[in-house]
Amino acid sequence: MQTETTYADGIRAGVPFAVAALLVGISFGVVAQPVMGAGAAIAMSVFVFAGAAQFGSTAVLASGGSVLTAILAGVMLNARFLPMGIAVARALRGGPLARALQGQAIVDASWAAAHLGGGRFDRKILIGATIPQYPAWVLGTVIGALGANKLGDPKALGLDAVFPAFFLGLLLEEALASRVARVVAVTGALIALALTPFLPAGLPILIASAAALLGWRRA
Amino acid sequence: MNAAWTLIVVLALATAVIKGAGPAAVGGRDLPPRVLRVIALFAPALLSALIVVETFGGPGRSLIVDARAAGLAVAAVVLVTTESLIGAVVGAAAATALLRLIA
Repeated sequence: MQTETTYADGIRAGVPFAVAALLVGISFGVVAQPVMGAGAAIAMSVFVFAGAAQFGSTAVLASGGSVLTAILAGVMLNARFLPMGIAVARALRGGPLARALQGQAIVDASWAAAHLGGGRFDRKILIGATIPQYPAWVLGTVIGALGANKLGDPKALGLDAVFPAFFLGLLLEEALASRVARVVAVTGALIALALTPFLPAGLPILIASAAALLGWRRA
Repeated sequence: MNAAWTLIVVLALATAVIKGAGPAAVGGRDLPPRVLRVIALFAPALLSALIVVETFGGPGRSLIVDARAAGLAVAAVVLVTTESLIGAVVGAAAATALLRLIA
C-alpha cells in the first residue's frame, strides 16, 4: 500500500509556485494597469486565473488588436488545459459537475506537481498545490496594479521584456518535451514574423497557432 | 474599458469550460490521439509566436531589434542555466532597463 497523500502535502508542494505567482502577478498588474485600469486587471486575475492567457490577451489589446482577437488569443493559450484536464480526469472524484469543479484547480505547476508518472495523477496534490497559488496571484496583481504609477515608466524598468521572458520559460517546458513541439515552436515563430508586416496586430499570432496542425501526422 | 471587461467575462467563462470539459466528459472516453496532439501543440505554437512579436514588434507593423532582444537573451541564459522562471523574468527586465539607461 502506498501512503495516502493529503491536501497539506499539496499545499506544501504549491508554496514555491505561490512565491513565483506573486512576483509574476505583480508584473501582470504593472503591465495590465495602463491597458485596462487597475480594477479590470485585478478582476481578470480573480476570474480568469491563467497567467499566459492573461498576459497574451492583454498584449493583444495593448498592441491595438480587437477584443475578438484578444479573446481568441486567450482561448488558444488556454487550449492546453483541455488535454491536461483529460489527463487528470480519471484521478478526480464524483459526477461530471464535481469533476469539472475540481478541474478548475488545473494550472501548469499544480498539474505537473500532481503527475505521478505513467499518466497517473494525485487529486489532492493537484488541488492542494493550487490553494496557495490563487491568492498569491491575485495579491500580486493588486500590488502591481495599484503600485503601477509609483513604480514609474514600465519601459524604463524593462517591464515590456517581462512578457517574452515569461513566455519563453513556459515554452521551454513545452518544447523540451518533444521534437515535434520544437518544430511547431520554430514554425509558429516564423509564421508570426513573416505575417507581422502585412496584417493587423494579433492576427499573425492567431494564424501562427496553425503550426500546431503539424501534430496531426507526427507523433 | 468596455473592451477589457468583455475580454475578462468571456475569457473567464471560456477558461472555466476548457478546464472543466476534460474532467466532466472523460469517463473512459478518449479523443482521437491526433486531435489531442494538435491541441497540446497550440501552446508551443502560440508561445513562440508571442515571444517573437513582443520582442521584435515595433511601431505600426514594423519589426525592430532593440533592448528587449537583449532581455530575451538574458532570460534564455537564466532559464537554461538555473531553470528559474522568476530569475528569467527579473533578469530580462533588469537587462532591458540597464541597456535603455546607458544607451
